[in-house]
Amino acid sequence: MNPNLPNSFRSGPDERGHFGIFGGRFVAETLMPLILDLEKAYADAKADPAFQAEMNVYLKDYVGRPSPLYFAERLTEHLGGAKIYLKREELNHTGSHKVNNVLGQIMVARRMGKKRIIAETGAGQHGVATATLCARFGLECVVYMGAVDVERQQPNVIRMEMLGAKVVPVQSGARTLKDAMNDALRDWVTNVHNTFYCIGTVAGPHPYPMMVRDFQSIIGHETRKQMQEAEGRLPDSLIACIGGGSNAMGLFHPFLDDPSVEIFGVEAAGHGLTQLHAASLAGGRPGVLHGNRTYLLMDADGQIEEAHSISAGLDYPGIGPEHAWLHETGRVKYLSATDEEALAAFQLLSRLEGIIPALESAHAIAKLSELAPQRPKDHLMVVNLSGRGDKDVPQVGDILKARQK
Amino acid sequence: MSTRIDARFAELKQQGRSAFVTFVMAGDPDPKTSLDILKALPKAGADVIEIGMPFTDPMADGPSIQAAGLRALKGGMTLRKTLAMVRDFRKEDNATPIVLMGYYNPIYIYGVDSFLADAKIAGVDGLIIVDLPPEEDTELCIPAIKAGLNFIRLATPTTDDKRLPAVLANTSGFVYYVAVTGITGSAAADSKVVGAAVARIKRHTALPVCVGFGIRTPEAARAIAENADGSVVGTALVDALKGSLDAEGRATPKTVSAVADLVSALAQGVRGAKQAAE
Repeated sequence: MNPNLPNSFRSGPDERGHFGIFGGRFVAETLMPLILDLEKAYADAKADPAFQAEMNVYLKDYVGRPSPLYFAERLTEHLGGAKIYLKREELNHTGSHKVNNVLGQIMVARRMGKKRIIAETGAGQHGVATATLCARFGLECVVYMGAVDVERQQPNVIRMEMLGAKVVPVQSGARTLKDAMNDALRDWVTNVHNTFYCIGTVAGPHPYPMMVRDFQSIIGHETRKQMQEAEGRLPDSLIACIGGGSNAMGLFHPFLDDPSVEIFGVEAAGHGLTQLHAASLAGGRPGVLHGNRTYLLMDADGQIEEAHSISAGLDYPGIGPEHAWLHETGRVKYLSATDEEALAAFQLLSRLEGIIPALESAHAIAKLSELAPQRPKDHLMVVNLSGRGDKDVPQVGDILKARQK
Repeated sequence: MSTRIDARFAELKQQGRSAFVTFVMAGDPDPKTSLDILKALPKAGADVIEIGMPFTDPMADGPSIQAAGLRALKGGMTLRKTLAMVRDFRKEDNATPIVLMGYYNPIYIYGVDSFLADAKIAGVDGLIIVDLPPEEDTELCIPAIKAGLNFIRLATPTTDDKRLPAVLANTSGFVYYVAVTGITGSAAADSKVVGAAVARIKRHTALPVCVGFGIRTPEAARAIAENADGSVVGTALVDALKGSLDAEGRATPKTVSAVADLVSALAQGVRGAKQAAE
């Protein structure tokens, strides 16, 4: 037993936003006063029953929660081991878990009187969710998206524009999620007086990792309750994909202090861990980027390296700081799935369950396919189906067609 | 603790003029040209030199300085080589203050203690680290002060009177006032507004206050010099450098003089300023 293990895995972060050595507030001075305001506004909102009550109305009637916990009978039979449940976040309005967090942040932005919302997006799921809620509440919305991602996630770009958002293709760096976040931060520094930065994952300066986790934790809270109803007990294991790690943190957090629950996060191994990939825990080390200390992919000089994943939503060289801490404490086991494994899982779930998963979520399905057969039939396994795959249909279709030739 | 920065500002105060602070990116476009530019700066009229430490993800910089950092990295620049460049500069110039400016990650990866020791030996006088606000002072600011380096803080239009004392608490050398909320290379700041902001900061500190962001011309530099203890020009110099490169982004025989000539013109603007009322 590691003597440095905390009494609880759920008490972080400390008042300065640290999870162990991870997290913090590494931002330009221009942003610091606003970050402190946000911390206060969020603390006030959290303590205000009216805020939660209003959230609950929108979560139920607008987002469509609770999302079902579905017993995947054919997938279970096919894998021949653990009993598999899918947490159906892909059924939420906008098609992914992202809306849980965006709703929360937009409500906080409204309390702060901010009229202009900016966001970064990789696959476009966070961008779509942000554009959606900005439309709903009449707010100006600007979404930064890497130019490469604009190409490979066209359906989401069109959706965002239909919802009235301005999508800015980012041409710097590798033109993917990291670069979109850089440009969103540059916009924020410039327009800090009227702008709220709606960060899409459990990363960035404190209080974002905590706040986004709190808004996403509804996934895990519902899962506990639903599994109680379905099986009369807690699940035995949880599994979710990780880019920044918000869907995973949302599922995991309510279970961190239940030692009987095994927890697995799945990073994107791209072409493989010895080649181009996006698995910052497996292939990176602690560094400081985008407002927090966390595991990052970088070279010996501390220059950030470009990530690669078939999935735009996982194509990021970092990970949320709380995941870095859960990795170092050993509470969560972090695995990785390659592009090929994710593609196979994408097709497997489509054929067996009639559910086309997002390529991001397909990474979790891929590792589930390895873990489930090794476990007994009474083992209850929950996989977070964080998003639906409609946005990936053109891209995957092209890949599969090219292979038939 | 007194550094070359303190000595230089004391000297300028005696001469009754404002400082001209130049920013160039280390290793842009290649290590050798960059060292030649560095050596040319004091002769052209730079009183204090800020050297950018290239970083892949400079989130407070505009397109010009982003591109300069990427050119430098492409040319093989590293933090170790940046320190070596300062060491080479110091062989000829032991008076002009050198301030390294950049982002925390390369220093964190180098190792804070070894970086500070190596920087001190190389002849670095101060550090400006964009992504280390006072809330993270234990990371680098406090160790830097202990190592005998100035830690120069950025104050911005969003730093209100309530927050200023925290920002100034561990600041030494000078205060860098960022004249606009924005990234480097943003639109010019209004010198009257800047003057009022500098006066506000001076009510809280005896340190010199230099102003940067948005200063591109000798006229603008002069207007700022009348209202502050120094003016910082970066993007305009980086743009002049870029304009001198060949189609492949390599240095040409004009590169060093392109930067030095603009520095001379700007320095004349600063020197033509009427001294701000104390």
